[in-house]
Amino acid sequence: MTHFIIRRLLMSVLTLFGVSVIVFMLLHLSPGDPVLLLLPEDAPREYVERLRHELGFDSPLYVQYGVFVIKALQGDMGTSLFYKKPAMGIVLEFLPATIQLTMAALLISLVVAFPMGILSAIKRDSVWDYTGMFLATIGQATPVYWLGIMMILVFSVKLHVLPSSGRGGLENLIMPAIALGAPLMAIVTRMIRSGMLDILGEDYVRTARAKGLPEWVVLYRHAMRNMLIPVVTVVGLQLGSLLGGAVITETVFAWPGVGRAVVTAIGARDYPLVQAATLLVSLYFVVINLLLDILYAWLDPRIRFS
Amino acid sequence: MSFGAAIRPLTSRRLSSASLRGRFFRSRRVIIAGIFLLIIVLIAIAAPLLSPANPLKNDLDNRLRPPFEPLPDGRFLLGGDVLGRDILSRAIWGARISLLVGIIAVFVAGSVGVTLGLLAGFFGGGTDDLIMRIADVQLAIPTLLLAIALIGVLGPSLHNLILVLGISGWVIYARTIRGVVLSLREAQFVEAARSIGVPTGRIMIVHILRNVWTPVIVIATQQMGGMMIAESALSFLGMGVPPPEATWGGMIAEGRNYLSTAWHATTLPGVILVVTVLAVNFFGDGLRDVLDPRLRL
Repeated sequence: MTHFIIRRLLMSVLTLFGVSVIVFMLLHLSPGDPVLLLLPEDAPREYVERLRHELGFDSPLYVQYGVFVIKALQGDMGTSLFYKKPAMGIVLEFLPATIQLTMAALLISLVVAFPMGILSAIKRDSVWDYTGMFLATIGQATPVYWLGIMMILVFSVKLHVLPSSGRGGLENLIMPAIALGAPLMAIVTRMIRSGMLDILGEDYVRTARAKGLPEWVVLYRHAMRNMLIPVVTVVGLQLGSLLGGAVITETVFAWPGVGRAVVTAIGARDYPLVQAATLLVSLYFVVINLLLDILYAWLDPRIRFS
Repeated sequence: MSFGAAIRPLTSRRLSSASLRGRFFRSRRVIIAGIFLLIIVLIAIAAPLLSPANPLKNDLDNRLRPPFEPLPDGRFLLGGDVLGRDILSRAIWGARISLLVGIIAVFVAGSVGVTLGLLAGFFGGGTDDLIMRIADVQLAIPTLLLAIALIGVLGPSLHNLILVLGISGWVIYARTIRGVVLSLREAQFVEAARSIGVPTGRIMIVHILRNVWTPVIVIATQQMGGMMIAESALSFLGMGVPPPEATWGGMIAEGRNYLSTAWHATTLPGVILVVTVLAVNFFGDGLRDVLDPRLRL
């Protein structure tokens, strides 16, 4: 197990270096002069040339990348053009809000998806099944931001029971978390249903029942464990969409997280902030994936040796 | 759950046109969803003819006009938006963009992905490692975030949108195709072809690709709904096709500020989007059941 963890850790580090290359290249992808991206439009030429030299943009690309990485490892991702403070600091300020939102969305999706999926599987082709699958299908076709706006329309504008924006207590968190988690909930419900259907037909379940074990023991101790493995895989795969969805959800609900900061930063052409945010969010993502992989290996010992 | 898990070469009997056509036309989901989609596509193509009004024309008299009270010529059936433009017309023209982006982005993603998957699977070793590492790195950055960052740097336009979305989607094709190629590479018919001197390129294209198109089509149709939603999300953020072009996401964004007075401006374009994506997803699911039920979820 330790060997597996070390291997995965090394791969994650490698992946993060790759991400740093992409983040670094962002500025240089622009069709124009990258230095101009960092200055107001009417900056005089001498300023442009001075900044170019100060930031090292006149050195070869690989040198620039090296400097970029060294600085990044020290937490220096440049200065935010909009906030006039270190970009990394700004992003770290906003990060907890995003983590809170994404974790809440994850929790809500799983808490709803598990019972719904299991119920659909157990009572196959019943009203429960059809309702569950109907909701799951709609959930996958509905854009997160539109669902959020509809919830605001119903619960804030028409019914006045929930606030429409901002971060505060539970009443602020619940709508964005549900909106953000809906597609994930839909996919996980379908996975659990299909996984359960497969497992319930397996021989070992039949044996457990034949032994006279109560149904809940059969379900919990025998069926559920095996079903968790593909669910963990899918959650890992969908996590990227969750983070991307967080960007939009935060914008709709004015949730003060990294996603909303990125959107306003793009509008303000604050590229250092965009770079810092992208790197940090990817780091968050890679860490969670690493944890999920370890969980996966713990659940299924065969993986440790692959 | 991996797609490439145990794909065996598709023998002629499994894939004979007669049996395939039979299953295709017997599947209710494919037929119904397919017809619905066809109608939407035709409406989008015929936008200049069908659209009751000019989608770009402001008409401040009809600002935020309520829905379901159309004029005799069919205008404002779905109401007016904040500048008095006919929502129905804008929805019809918006369908063009959504469908166009959805189809072409999937095409781009598929082309890039299949090519890289073929190369990775067939040549193995360093090529395989390199391509799979690039895939891992790209997957480490959440797709929408990457798309937003790229559009922010490249500038919002239709072709940048398609490019960025297309690039975001290649990985799943590459991984699937790579899996198939790895398992087929050692198959006897490939060995036979090589032994009579068929060049490598031809083997890749003719023999292996032929066995691979089924999962590709399934992935493509299932990806299209997601591409359409992504396009609308970027348009919602103002990073899609720039205004005053009509896009479903853009319409939702514009109507958002008037929720209390004009619920229809935001709600109706969203309903249209959801229904279209549902149809695309149903079609994709039905197609998957026909072509390769092993990929079923």
